[in-house]
Formats: sequence, C-alpha cells, structure tokens
Amino acid sequence: MDLSLYSGIPLQAFLVVAAVLFCTGVWGLINSRNAVRVLMSIELMLNAVNINLMAFSSYLDGQLIRGQVFAIFVITVAAAEAAVGLAILLSLYRNRDTVDMERFNLLRW
Amino acid sequence: MTIASTTQLICFAVLATTVVAGALGVVLLPNVVYAAFLLAGVFLSVAGLYLMLNASFVAAAQVLVYVGAVNVLILFAIMLVNKREDLAAIPGLALRRLVSGLVCGGLFVLLIRVAFTTPWGSGPEPVGEEATIRIGEHLFSDYLLPFELASVLLLMAMIGAIVLARRDVFSQDIATGEGVDQGLIEKARTPLLLDRSPR
Repeated sequence: MDLSLYSGIPLQAFLVVAAVLFCTGVWGLINSRNAVRVLMSIELMLNAVNINLMAFSSYLDGQLIRGQVFAIFVITVAAAEAAVGLAILLSLYRNRDTVDMERFNLLRW
Repeated sequence: MTIASTTQLICFAVLATTVVAGALGVVLLPNVVYAAFLLAGVFLSVAGLYLMLNASFVAAAQVLVYVGAVNVLILFAIMLVNKREDLAAIPGLALRRLVSGLVCGGLFVLLIRVAFTTPWGSGPEPVGEEATIRIGEHLFSDYLLPFELASVLLLMAMIGAIVLARRDVFSQDIATGEGVDQGLIEKARTPLLLDRSPR
C-alpha cells in the first residue's frame, strides 16, 4: 500500500478489528438470554459492517468515497431498527412479563 | 517511521483494544446496565476509528446517532423492563455456548483468511478533508432517491414505535361504538413500573 496517509496501518488491521467485532456480536446474538442484550449484539454487528465499509471506502475508493455514503444509510437504518426493536421488546414484556429469550417460544415447534 | 505514523499506530492500537474489550464486555458482563455503558464506549471508539480514516462527518453522525440516540434508547428500555428475574436453567447451556463459540471462531478464521489472502491492491489517493463535501454531493445527486427513502423509513419507524409501545385503550370501539372489554382498560391503567424495589 503506497498511500502516504496510511503508511502506518494496513487495510487488514481494520478488517481484523471488524471481524472480531462481528464474531463477538454473532456469539452474543446466539447466547444472550436478555432481549435487550440481543439488540445490543445486533448493534455491534452493524458497527462491524460499518467499519469494513469505511475502511474499503478510504483505502480502495478514495475519490468517490461511496462507502461513507453507505455507512450513513446503515446508521439510519440501524436507528430505525433500534427504535422499532425496543418498542417490540416493550410490547413483549407487557404481554409475557419477562425479557427471557427462552420464554418467547410461541412459534417454536 | 515518522512521528506521525507512530502516533497513528498508537491511536489505532488503543482504539482497537477498546473496541474489542468493550464488545466482549457487552456480550459477557452479567449486568446489562454495565453492558449498555460499555456499548457507548464501543460506539465512541468506532467513531475514533472513523476519524482515523479521514471521515469526520460519519464520525460525527456515529456519535450523534449511536451514542446520543440508540444508546439512550437502550438505557430507557433497560429501565422500563428492569425486572430482576432468576432465569430458569435450561439443559445443555454450556454445550450450546461451546458449539456457538466454535462456529463463531470458524467464522472469524474464515474472515481473517479472506482479509489476508485477497490481493486488495491500492486505490486512488483519498480525498481527506473534502470527504464531507463529497458526501453532500453524493446525497444530492446519485444517492438522492435512497436519501429520500431513508427519511420515509425513519418516519415509518417513528410512527410504528409509537403505535407498538403506547398503552392507552379507547373506552369505545371506534368502528362499532360498542364498549370494549373492561379488563383492557384496567390493564392500560396499571403503571408499567409496579413494585421495583431493589431486591
């Protein structure tokens, strides 16, 4: 990489950080029993994807930075998702009186 | 190695460590309130990483939207559903954690392998400080339609969240004019936070 701005840090470093963040988010999504923590894990995964988009946009698409525009859209959708998800969570809590994911098993077979 | 690149390296190391440690804390800490505050730390560190990538506008948006809105929303949700319950033990929990840990580790190895074996090449010179101008040009020319759709999406999410989360019940059915079930009205009157004395 012959970019003088990034002489210190290679692109792969950002990708590794994003991969760690994404895998942590997936693990938390599978293993959390508190529904709020599931939403937090989803936010972690979205942030990992955003880091990837931003790194690629800076290193490989330096003039058109389309990745940054995509990151802004991802942030928007994440905000909408958080609002609706937490509203669903409140409504679930009102109906089932718990936030334990193991007891939201109405659709299980 | 110049002083600037050394500083960059130190900044990146600190931010990356904060991100990874914070993410592990979010997932592993038993207290969900601590997890929410650590999540704010992760968001701030990610904003720092964006600053290192010369993306000041996205970093500001990250701080405003994630730390200012999403994290506060999560804290509100934690306070609204703050019921300390003893989770019933489920069989095979340790095995489930182990297997999912193995799956996530495999996914991690795959991602690392892809990151290090792909010849990424090098792109054009980054725009640096002009990034905000370029983003504005994109949003009002070739990304105008997604931009407007995003505003509609936010409006829909806002109305949907209000409809889902509100509790009031009409005393009469608006379509037929009949009185509704009295139990529903009573349920709507009960406060959300009943007896939440610390146990």
